[in-house]
Amino acid sequence: MRLSVQEAPFDLGAESVAFAGSVAGAGAVVTFTGIVRGDGGLTAMEIEHYPGMTERAIRAIAEEAVARWHLTDALVIHRHGRLAVGEPIMMVATAAPHRGDAFAAAEFLMDYLKSRAPFWKKEIGPTGEAWVAAKDEDEAALKRW
Amino acid sequence: MIEVRYFAWLRERIGERAEQVDTTAATVADLVDELAARSEGHALAFADLKSLRVALDQQMAGFDAPLAGVREVAFFPPMTGG
Repeated sequence: MRLSVQEAPFDLGAESVAFAGSVAGAGAVVTFTGIVRGDGGLTAMEIEHYPGMTERAIRAIAEEAVARWHLTDALVIHRHGRLAVGEPIMMVATAAPHRGDAFAAAEFLMDYLKSRAPFWKKEIGPTGEAWVAAKDEDEAALKRW
Repeated sequence: MIEVRYFAWLRERIGERAEQVDTTAATVADLVDELAARSEGHALAFADLKSLRVALDQQMAGFDAPLAGVREVAFFPPMTGG
């Protein structure tokens, strides 16, 4: 399991290839990538996190995913700092014997990272800066698990 | 002494990332009452507890949680990762 909270960009292709190449015994790999959207003239996103707690929270979420879906491996990369529109913010990858588990675990990881890992997003656009408010549907999404 | 840390708009309203606080507060709620009295920015930051979350020694907790033995308290808005 590789978990990384980093400011630096990551190479989506290289990470995907390395992950898929390291998962002996898996029959399925699912990857998800989050990209900074340019809604409403948005030019950049500033992501703040809580060093120490962030890594701990991601580890707890990933360990739960591995246990619930019998994953053979999981990868989470989440960036912080200032990111331009179009840049990857984060990726998750899951490996499992069968695709159902890999898809479900990837969605679980995404839902929990949105609401339970200590990151805060600020949007920077033509009218200034604004912190992104948590959405009720993000919290509701946790209930299905 | 407790290290109190602030994140996102809470940090901006208070104007500090962290403060060393000498307190005998028994619970998080008691500590919030003390902090809110420190400045206008603090009062504004703590005006609506429903819009805040708290972590004690980097574990999520409630506002009724006891502070005995806690070294680090963090306040922040609901998380928006992903």
